[in-house]
Amino acid sequence: MREVAIVAAGMTKFGELWGSSLRDLFVEAASEALTMARADHVDAIVVGNMSAGQFVGQEHLGPLLADHLGMAGTPAMRVESACASGGAALHVGFLEVASGACDLVLAAGVEKMNDGGDVTAVLATAADQETECYHGITFPGLYAMIARAHMAAHGTTLEDLSAVAVKNHRHGALNPKAQFRRTVTLEEVMASSMVADPLRLLHCSPVSDGAAAVLLCPLDQAKRYTDRPVKIRASALGTAPMALADRKDPAFLDAVQLSAERAYKSAGIGPADLHVVEVHDCFTIAEICCIEALGLVGPGKGRDAARSGLTALGGKVPVNTSGGLKSKGHPVGATGIAQVIEIFEQLRGEAGARQVKDAHIGLAQNMGGSGASSVVHILERV
Amino acid sequence: MAGIVGYGAFIPRNRITSEEIARQWGKDPAAIQRGLLLKEKSVPGLDEDTITISVAAGRAALDRAGIDPSRVGALYIGSESHPYAVKPSGTVVIEALGIGPSVHVADFEFACKAGTEAMFVALGLVESGRVEYAMGIGADTSQGAPNDALEFSASAGGAAYLFGKADLLADVKATYSYTTDTPDFWRREGEFYPRHGGRFTGEPAYFKHVTAATRGILERTGLKPTDFRYAVFHMPNGKFPLAVGQALGFTKKQLETGWLVQTMGNTYSGSSPTGLAAILDEAAAGDLILITSFGSGAGSDSFVIEATPALAERRGRAPTVRSMLDGPRRYLTYGQYAKYREKIIVNE
Repeated sequence: MREVAIVAAGMTKFGELWGSSLRDLFVEAASEALTMARADHVDAIVVGNMSAGQFVGQEHLGPLLADHLGMAGTPAMRVESACASGGAALHVGFLEVASGACDLVLAAGVEKMNDGGDVTAVLATAADQETECYHGITFPGLYAMIARAHMAAHGTTLEDLSAVAVKNHRHGALNPKAQFRRTVTLEEVMASSMVADPLRLLHCSPVSDGAAAVLLCPLDQAKRYTDRPVKIRASALGTAPMALADRKDPAFLDAVQLSAERAYKSAGIGPADLHVVEVHDCFTIAEICCIEALGLVGPGKGRDAARSGLTALGGKVPVNTSGGLKSKGHPVGATGIAQVIEIFEQLRGEAGARQVKDAHIGLAQNMGGSGASSVVHILERV
Repeated sequence: MAGIVGYGAFIPRNRITSEEIARQWGKDPAAIQRGLLLKEKSVPGLDEDTITISVAAGRAALDRAGIDPSRVGALYIGSESHPYAVKPSGTVVIEALGIGPSVHVADFEFACKAGTEAMFVALGLVESGRVEYAMGIGADTSQGAPNDALEFSASAGGAAYLFGKADLLADVKATYSYTTDTPDFWRREGEFYPRHGGRFTGEPAYFKHVTAATRGILERTGLKPTDFRYAVFHMPNGKFPLAVGQALGFTKKQLETGWLVQTMGNTYSGSSPTGLAAILDEAAAGDLILITSFGSGAGSDSFVIEATPALAERRGRAPTVRSMLDGPRRYLTYGQYAKYREKIIVNE
């Protein structure tokens, strides 16, 4: 297998982008990445997208998006793993380059969620239709049950859940591409509207439009495109039972742990070696569970991390310096690529006010459903 | 030169509080009051509809004008709650007001913009000299589906404007309209309640059109926000008109007189026209007033209006908007409200 590098990145602002369609978003992000690398062609395009068919009535994204990028004829396909579709697309792109099949791959993610669809119903298709959705559960409900299980097992409190939102909004306020560039107080989070007890509005990521794209090539060809390539040290997937009720501990995300263990093994490092981390905080409880499953803290110890400052900018291991899904926004198919772009920028020293000093190694973790799939990428400055 | 020779408004006496509606649906009243800035709204009685509101407002407009109703050559009513799908509201109104039968009458619909649309056309006919006087009315008994965000705002009321060329209470200096095909809110034939595009009704609809129409009329007249004593923008909730006004450079002081929505609710076609009536209730001679409406679908009409010395002399001939908003009120339970709004299915 060849070593693979990310040599360029492009990303739209995240938010309610009423003036941009799915294809506009993709072309904006992809063009930015291509311009950055001064590349006018790619060997393949891989697009992560969860549900364009339901959100905007559009399937068959590979040829559509290649065409609108001015690259009709290029091999192109769409990859789906619910909210982990972006991470899964990057994994496929990584394999295409690592295997020697391609020398330059555009791995992108895109989602257009604000177009009139019933977002909660569309997202619920990422849960088990037969054993979960038929009983009326939605994603806020599933994560509320995870939160309740965590509270029961580890004494996690509403304040703990809220501190994650406060931290991530503090980070997101520094991110020009974030949907919500503003800080929130613990009191505001705790008084926000109830969504699914114990989760309130400000414990939940928003509905967003956006796209993100990166260019991958073999590490030994990276200097053609940039002086500062970032190497992909590991790209690993994990899965767990789809239905929450089928997992041995609903408060622990096995798929995240499996994907992390595989990535750590592949990279030959451990959680203590990480300088900056992006995790899938679709709800604030998810960040608490993810940092436990990644081994950043011990099992059941995630509840204090945001409040103590451990995972804040300036802390031992800053988590979600981009603002996370919570503040930056969560256009589901784009999220996995956007997380990797945050790590890419951090390792290149381009994160501006969010910069983590001397960041050399970073990790991005992207999750599908209530944690049934997880993708982990470990990146390193070279 | 044409302008307003008479105006009047009407707001029903019944009220329901945001708290009472929120309680019914298990919502947090504090969040509604904080988010939408709505405390209560007017509710039509069982015998009140767009026609009765139009008659009450139109009568006040004629009283302030002091003219013989038979001289009114055109009457237009803008509403999205005309009682009949087929059969005009305006015919009943002219009979009640003593106007006609030598009169041109039409019912208009353009979501919440229909009131200023009626005013625009009435003004144009007077300006052209085709009729001596013309009345434009905006009135609604707005529909909002139970448990929809609109239920906190959809209310009842309206205002009527009589335009002429002599003895003006206020001179209409300029108009400007801005319209695009933007389907943010609609009600199809046969449907009881409107549907809307949720957050799509904000930036790409309300804010885009209100901003464009207001900027357009300021550009056309060479006026600046600071030249105005008052401004009123369509009030679908408490927040939008304050946000758009402040973004356009108007101060809270300029906006507060016409900002009735917190206790009146959104009277749809009657919203900004009633806000304008509240301003005319207190404006002094020479005061410049800006009004910009908004109707889903979508479009905005802007008017620049200047009060004359006659306003202070004649406005006392009819009740003020504040006297109806702050005067005797009857607070309804949700059950009474459901009955008054005919949301309860009963046998014939």
